[in-house]
Amino acid sequence: MKTRYSFGGDEHIFVEVDEEMSLDAFFKAISITTALREKNLAGVAEICPANASFQVKYDPDVIAPDKMLEELKALESRAESAAKTITTRIVEVPVYFQDPWTHETLMRFRERHQDPSGSDLDYAARINGYDSAEAFVEAFHSQPWFVSMVGFVAGLPFMYQLVEREKQLQVPKYLRPRTDTPKQTVGYGGCFSCIYSVRGAGGYQMFGITPMPIFDPTETISYLSDFMVFFNPGDIVKFTPIGREEHDRIEADVKTGAWRPRIAEVSFDLAAWTADPAGTNAKLMEALDAA
Amino acid sequence: MPLKVLKPGLLTTVQDLGRPGYFHLGIPMGGAMDRLSLRAANLLVGNPEDAAALEAVFLGPELEFLSDGLVAVTGADLPILLDGEEQPGWTAIPVKAGQVLSFGYLRSGARIVIAVSGGIATEAALGSRSTYAIGALGGVDGRAIAAGDVIPTGEPGAGKPGATVPEALRRGPGSPAELRVLPGLFWHWITPDAQKHFFADEWKVAPEADRMGYRFKGGRPMEFEPRERPFGAGSDPSNIVDGCYPYGSVQVPGGTEPIVLHRDAVSGGGYFMVGTVISADMDLIGQLQPHMPVRFVEATMDGALAARAERKAVVARIREALA
Repeated sequence: MKTRYSFGGDEHIFVEVDEEMSLDAFFKAISITTALREKNLAGVAEICPANASFQVKYDPDVIAPDKMLEELKALESRAESAAKTITTRIVEVPVYFQDPWTHETLMRFRERHQDPSGSDLDYAARINGYDSAEAFVEAFHSQPWFVSMVGFVAGLPFMYQLVEREKQLQVPKYLRPRTDTPKQTVGYGGCFSCIYSVRGAGGYQMFGITPMPIFDPTETISYLSDFMVFFNPGDIVKFTPIGREEHDRIEADVKTGAWRPRIAEVSFDLAAWTADPAGTNAKLMEALDAA
Repeated sequence: MPLKVLKPGLLTTVQDLGRPGYFHLGIPMGGAMDRLSLRAANLLVGNPEDAAALEAVFLGPELEFLSDGLVAVTGADLPILLDGEEQPGWTAIPVKAGQVLSFGYLRSGARIVIAVSGGIATEAALGSRSTYAIGALGGVDGRAIAAGDVIPTGEPGAGKPGATVPEALRRGPGSPAELRVLPGLFWHWITPDAQKHFFADEWKVAPEADRMGYRFKGGRPMEFEPRERPFGAGSDPSNIVDGCYPYGSVQVPGGTEPIVLHRDAVSGGGYFMVGTVISADMDLIGQLQPHMPVRFVEATMDGALAARAERKAVVARIREALA
């Protein structure tokens, strides 16, 4: 893991913590960006953590590019020795897998897919060595995920599953991106899951849909009334499978303000997780069940 | 000086200088594609430079003024008509309630900025009135203007009728347009030959050119250096582990057609980037039309900072000229 710095024009510094994805790289990125945010440095305009990298947008008239670079390198050396622990929250996200809406959409764009004969889930299950879509869905929802980046479009979380490298699910993106994806589709591309916050173009495989809105520009939904974007990098997500009836009930209750996502505050220690992934995950999910 | 929209044009949106601070949540800065034109138009009608105005692309709207005031149109060159009579661009034009502003066909450039006394006063979202249509934020109900909309405006300032921006301080695209690019990001992923071709080839603006980004075609496809695929990046040699995209960054999906991200940029994704258009040349991109020839010119950081200072100096001179 070797950090690489590059100027993105005169207003950005792009920092690649590692070329490949890992929890270590994500943790390093989030700890440097958190430290930079706390520093409140004049001239820093945007601090954007990503999966295994991050980016800073700054005003070179206030802080010179070389000075900005120096600041980041100093923060990096401090991050190396810092404890890899964060206080965060675990959120339960209900998902209706194999729903009719993403199914209708995937049929419409079948010619852009690697395997036009089946569904996105059938394909993902097969190439990951699962006997059935159900077995794949089980692997998908039984272990939690880290929100490793929020972006692409407004409020869209990228998630990386908290399992060892050899258990990671991997699925290529569509051969050619779709021009349409239903709002709140749960998708998958590379080693990342995502939730499409708005309807629009997309290239990730589509597995299901959540009745839980995660972006609300009107700030009228009960749990989005303080801020329109639900997710932050560092959040932990546990998907829970639901059926049609439950989906429709939650959707109706969101409208009346009666439904809110289940959330528990937790702390996450990377060393503890690395020593015992399954045990650490079980504790996270217990905290959620108790909430 | 509220406005009534008679015809909306092709895609006319409310824009100011944007809403920085939310890019880490996928909400782009937004704001006028051509910021110099926005600042100039506002100064002409006596508004603060960062007031909201209308940005129209390719085809102007038709607007009725509901009270007296000043209007200024900057940016692209096209006939500006007040009750059918041609008016000068980059100039404060006095108007009366009931008069109608309309436009002829574009002569050059791509976007005009229409500023009116008091500025557009639609509701701000996250500190800006800029329209971000994908997120339904800002503007008129989070969308482009539509026929029948009545657009509110603020308290008028003290603009001078007939004030004009000197020709020497107006900016538009040359032909071929030159975009200065600081190589970097994943520049080392392509071969030295591909690096040379990127700057040597003539590119053309593709039809896919909007506020999110501009696509270019016509140059040679890029060859990649051999590289083991990083875990999580995907199988195509142009894929990276999804990361952040700088404004102005040049991504090249599949190594074929470069895309330069602009004010409504997607904040990140899985395509490698070869460098970034310098901040001083971002306005110019907003004035490029599809099919226009474009060359990418290699920049250095010192060159980028000098160009940035020069651009600021032009704005300062416009300010002085209109003071």
